[in-house]
Amino acid sequence: MGRTLFFVILCLLTATPAFAMHISEGILPFSWALFWYLAALPFVALGVQRLNALAREDLSLKPLVGLMSAVVFIISCMPIPVPTAGTCSHPCGTGVAAILVGPLVSVVIAAVALLIQALFLAHGGLSTLGANTFAMGVVGSLGGWLAFRCLRGMGGGLALSGFVAGVVADWGTYATTSLILSSGIRGDAPFLPLFAKVVLAFIPTQLPLGILEGVITAGMVTLLYKRRPDLLVRMKVISEREMQNHA
Amino acid sequence: MPDRKRKWKIIRLHIILLPTLLFAFYFFSLAPKPWTGVDEAVVEKIAKEHGREAKRPVIDPGEGDLLLFLFLVAGAVGGFLGGYYWRDLFDKKK
Repeated sequence: MGRTLFFVILCLLTATPAFAMHISEGILPFSWALFWYLAALPFVALGVQRLNALAREDLSLKPLVGLMSAVVFIISCMPIPVPTAGTCSHPCGTGVAAILVGPLVSVVIAAVALLIQALFLAHGGLSTLGANTFAMGVVGSLGGWLAFRCLRGMGGGLALSGFVAGVVADWGTYATTSLILSSGIRGDAPFLPLFAKVVLAFIPTQLPLGILEGVITAGMVTLLYKRRPDLLVRMKVISEREMQNHA
Repeated sequence: MPDRKRKWKIIRLHIILLPTLLFAFYFFSLAPKPWTGVDEAVVEKIAKEHGREAKRPVIDPGEGDLLLFLFLVAGAVGGFLGGYYWRDLFDKKK
């Protein structure tokens, strides 16, 4: 327990502004920036609606959502050096958020984290907020959640399902960022070669980092299962029968 | 475990461990990397090749270590609160 606490404090203390998946201010042309805003908006609206519905059922879920927002904010700011590439990048955190609070609420969490980062940390940008929200929030959350649910449905364990969800959320986010970037900046150039170029440029950093995100996600879900299985039951991640078996 | 078997196990462990440590040492010390973020190394670089450059942010935090200091303070406060309420957050319910 002491070691885990020490690690968490160390992570928080060493958190510095990072620059990674976020598409910076001004990179996307206005028309594409607007398009991605419009694409992300319905998911954010549905997320707010879902959050209100959850809060009506159980008000104590709001602090949990707040805590998850802080987790996503810190995780998606945390620069991690990747020796195979010589660059730094960060995990997304939307995989674990989607597992715990649902994919739609996780979209809202990602949008809020990205907004604060764009406003105060020069991380991403206001014009590219829609695009970044779509990549990290919508695709990261839905991809991670679907992977988790599918594996659980097939009888996969919590750790394995959490791991795959983290990997899918991370790689899905960066694949979408590649798509957004290459479609936005290509001009008259053909789309596919540029898309492949961006994906290949991301691979040395994101391949190992995605696996790390999988490990982090699996670790967080397993820790909660060991320490607070009641929370997982409340969030419908596991059934009551599983909690009783665990006890 | 017989002594001979144990000795071989230690030798095998060293055969794996020493080159790994040596590789890690060379990787980090003799071939220093820029450690830039992938947004700079990938996103901004490729965007620049296609005539799109990043603009300054609306609220510019500027250069220097002020932001780092603010993060450090926020991290210290967050870490303290996380530690203080650790049992409430993660201990098994009685």
